[in-house]
Amino acid sequence: MPVTPFNLSRRAFGRLALASSAAVVGAAYRPGVALAAAPKGEPIKVGILHSLSGTMAISETTLKDVMLMLIEEQNRKGGLLGRPLQAVVVDPASNWPLFAEKARQLLSVDKASAVFGCWTSVSRKSVLPVFEELNGILFYPVQYEGQECSRNIFYTGAAPNQQAIPAVDYLLSEDGGGAKRFALVGTDYVYPRTTNQILVNYLKSKGIKEEDILVNYTPFGQSDWQTIVSQIKAFGSAGKKTAVVSTINGDANVPFYKELGNQGISATDIPVMAFSVGEEELAGMDTKPLVGQLAAWNYFESIDTPANQNFIKQWHAYTKNPKRTTNDPMEAHYIGFNMWVQAVTKAGTTDHDKVIDAMIGVRQPNLTGGIAEMLPDHHLTKPVYIGEIQDDGQFSVVWKTPQLVPGQAWSPWVPETKDLVGDWRKPIACGNYNTVSKSCLGARHG
Amino acid sequence: MDNFKRFCLGVACCLALALTGMPPARADDFSGLESGDFDQVCASITGLAGSGNPQAVTVLEALEQHALFFAPAGGLFIVHGQTYTDARTGQAVATPPDGVKPIKLNNRVRKALASAQAELALASSQAQERQKAADLLYVRHDPAFLPALDHALASEKNTQVHLHLLRARAATLLAQPAEGAGSVDARIGAVKALESVGGLEARGLLAAVAAADVEAPGVRKAAADAVAHIDWHLRVWNVLQNAFYGLSYGSVLLLAATGLAITFGVMGVINMAHGELMMIGAYVTWMVQQAIRGTVPALEPVSILVAIPVAFGVCGALGVLIERGLIRFLYGRPLETLLATWGLSLVLQQAVRSIFGPTNIAVQTPSWLSGSVSVGGMDITLNRLAILVFAFAVLGGLMLVLRRTALGLEMRAVTQNRRMAALMGIRTPRVDALAFGLGAGLAGLAGVAVSQIDNVSPNLGQSYIIDSFMGVVFGGGGNLWGTLAAAMALGMGGKVLEPTVGAVSAKIAILVLVILYIQRHPRGMFPVRGRGVES
Repeated sequence: MPVTPFNLSRRAFGRLALASSAAVVGAAYRPGVALAAAPKGEPIKVGILHSLSGTMAISETTLKDVMLMLIEEQNRKGGLLGRPLQAVVVDPASNWPLFAEKARQLLSVDKASAVFGCWTSVSRKSVLPVFEELNGILFYPVQYEGQECSRNIFYTGAAPNQQAIPAVDYLLSEDGGGAKRFALVGTDYVYPRTTNQILVNYLKSKGIKEEDILVNYTPFGQSDWQTIVSQIKAFGSAGKKTAVVSTINGDANVPFYKELGNQGISATDIPVMAFSVGEEELAGMDTKPLVGQLAAWNYFESIDTPANQNFIKQWHAYTKNPKRTTNDPMEAHYIGFNMWVQAVTKAGTTDHDKVIDAMIGVRQPNLTGGIAEMLPDHHLTKPVYIGEIQDDGQFSVVWKTPQLVPGQAWSPWVPETKDLVGDWRKPIACGNYNTVSKSCLGARHG
Repeated sequence: MDNFKRFCLGVACCLALALTGMPPARADDFSGLESGDFDQVCASITGLAGSGNPQAVTVLEALEQHALFFAPAGGLFIVHGQTYTDARTGQAVATPPDGVKPIKLNNRVRKALASAQAELALASSQAQERQKAADLLYVRHDPAFLPALDHALASEKNTQVHLHLLRARAATLLAQPAEGAGSVDARIGAVKALESVGGLEARGLLAAVAAADVEAPGVRKAAADAVAHIDWHLRVWNVLQNAFYGLSYGSVLLLAATGLAITFGVMGVINMAHGELMMIGAYVTWMVQQAIRGTVPALEPVSILVAIPVAFGVCGALGVLIERGLIRFLYGRPLETLLATWGLSLVLQQAVRSIFGPTNIAVQTPSWLSGSVSVGGMDITLNRLAILVFAFAVLGGLMLVLRRTALGLEMRAVTQNRRMAALMGIRTPRVDALAFGLGAGLAGLAGVAVSQIDNVSPNLGQSYIIDSFMGVVFGGGGNLWGTLAAAMALGMGGKVLEPTVGAVSAKIAILVLVILYIQRHPRGMFPVRGRGVES
């Protein structure tokens, strides 16, 4: 039989399934479906700290659902250390101070053994002091700007060197169009600003001149992109091959791409490489005018491996919706959760200090091939893929890094941090160790 | 003639193959396509287009439609459903080999493919096709197509197409490295030709020529002059373009603010749930689209027109319900109304999130609202143009309702002096309910329009509520002309500032300007007048 191209429709039918899955909050353990010996004893609590209402619910609700699915599956396999896992779901409602409050509640009231949560960097920054004060464990599943390395956080998403740098390498290559001029367009907050700072330095080291780099920031939720798109068009008419690197966040992407399509900018003329556009974002768009636009991730739903097929099948069965997409942060939670399970098993206890020490060096196969390893700086080794948007709303992988890329907490392209490394193994046991002065900068983590 | 010879050769080869029934030779024009390597696929596509092979058009078309498959053991197939055709011979294949895979495209392949198809289209019998091909080769200006363009120029009879071919040839000539690509005079001629075409494309090419070290000084100077000339033109058009952007942004603000102006003007109610009513209008658009797709797919392109009255009706009814169920208990207590409607907005948001899910839903933009038309040096995007027209139509309709209907008369009376109107026998509670319903219905209409430019998610309303309030307050609460003037001023101001100071600073600057204006003129640009207004 021929392999027919992926043809999932992206239409959002039957979103009701989501509402019904929300109803199982907290009831992850179902005795009726146990395959292995039913776990007994005091349940191990797993905190889920994702916004279920407010602006970020659009992205974070899915991650809550995937965590509930993973926990349910683990219980079916006999729990952990012979004890059942119990999900504790809280809703920080896209409100940054509330994130810190809810984190405190999870750690000190619910005594969560591990917390999976946060999406935006500002929410992570707001819970970081809480996790350090109460010595908790947080798994953070989203690609981010780096420049942080806390003992209490495991960064299962990509650092800039695992997404932004390889993506720009691709744009510079012949296959990527050999771009000589770059427009860095982003939403005005910490992730785009740090990423663009790294990229500007990196591009300059590759011989791109200052006047060939345009940096543009827009407010959150920008919905009128007319002038900015025509600015990009004008910027691209200087006789050099031009590419756009987009760190535009969340909701603003749909009107941006619509405007690109309407003003007739196609990927073959000015390709747009996005770092925050995944399958979920494309679900709200007609992708025909966008065919060929690029995204860099460590996971794509369309990657055809048995592990990924299984995961997608399981997800569709769990959500009772065969049209729900999977995306990169979901895989990050999948890897992070399984690593935590391994580390707890290895340590034989859920004691935070022992689990944190046991995490380093744990290996877990990726859904898309290769094996992720938890590094001493609490980042992962990851493959990097470049995908092109197809007319069915999926990505087709056109390039991948030849090897897995180890994550770097501190960017060598930022002058202040080029000598820093994170290494939480003894004897260094430091998140910001200066390799030149051979000293630890101490408790400041970014 | 060369192409014709190659064509004959190709036909002969195919015939020979078909007759002898031999497996296709390994190294022909097609074999690169089977390699799975983007370099070779590109080379093969360009080779095929120039080869004159009779299968070239069909094969390239299949490739474009993802219908070209290759077998790992060799062999290319065009697959439509369950029917397999051998790409080399065009004959049906009864038993396809195992494990055939589609040939992957990336941007480079797509680019090579478009150019190759344009090269083939130069020989089309349709003048329109030939002109389109010439335009595409003008944009690509790939030196590899110079012979094809020369060939086409030699035989082109249609003067219009000839002109486009000349442009394409000029661009292609200039895109080549200077040595051996025409004399200095020929190149200066090409520069002049591009200068007369103008536009961003020509500017880019000429800027590259002006900066190239290998170019003769005369050519470089001509190119630099041409760039300066084109830039001057572009600047003039740019002003008009920004004016259009401002108008278009203003029209979106106007749509969002008119409903608010009605409720605020007539009842003095600050409706914080106005944005959520817009969001519901957008969701109604989606539901109408889904329903039409499910029942009469032929009407899908006009589903957006069907959605207009439906959204107005649904949101209007909801508005009457809100007024009767919530707001009428709170008249005269503006702070409580503000809090209550804000709470209502959260309830509506979360309700939609629970029913439809938190993610974006895809409201389709019909093809007649996609893309843009060029007018001189500016691009008018069709969806924005439609919204501009729609906004003014809505405003006009609203004026008619207010000036020419009994309800309008009563509403104006209540706006000017509520107690006097009541004494004259106007049932003010009924006017209130209908006015609130009208405002909510207008929010629904704004939702239909916004679904064509923005993403439709439960958060949609939040991004518009601040801007529409600004429009109403700046315009002078409740005066429609004021709202129009304010929306256009805010839109224009934003879009003029944006390219120079950036989007973030532009937003701040506009807010500061509005604050300063309101301080001097607390009642806005066009304050409502009337004897009862002061109270």
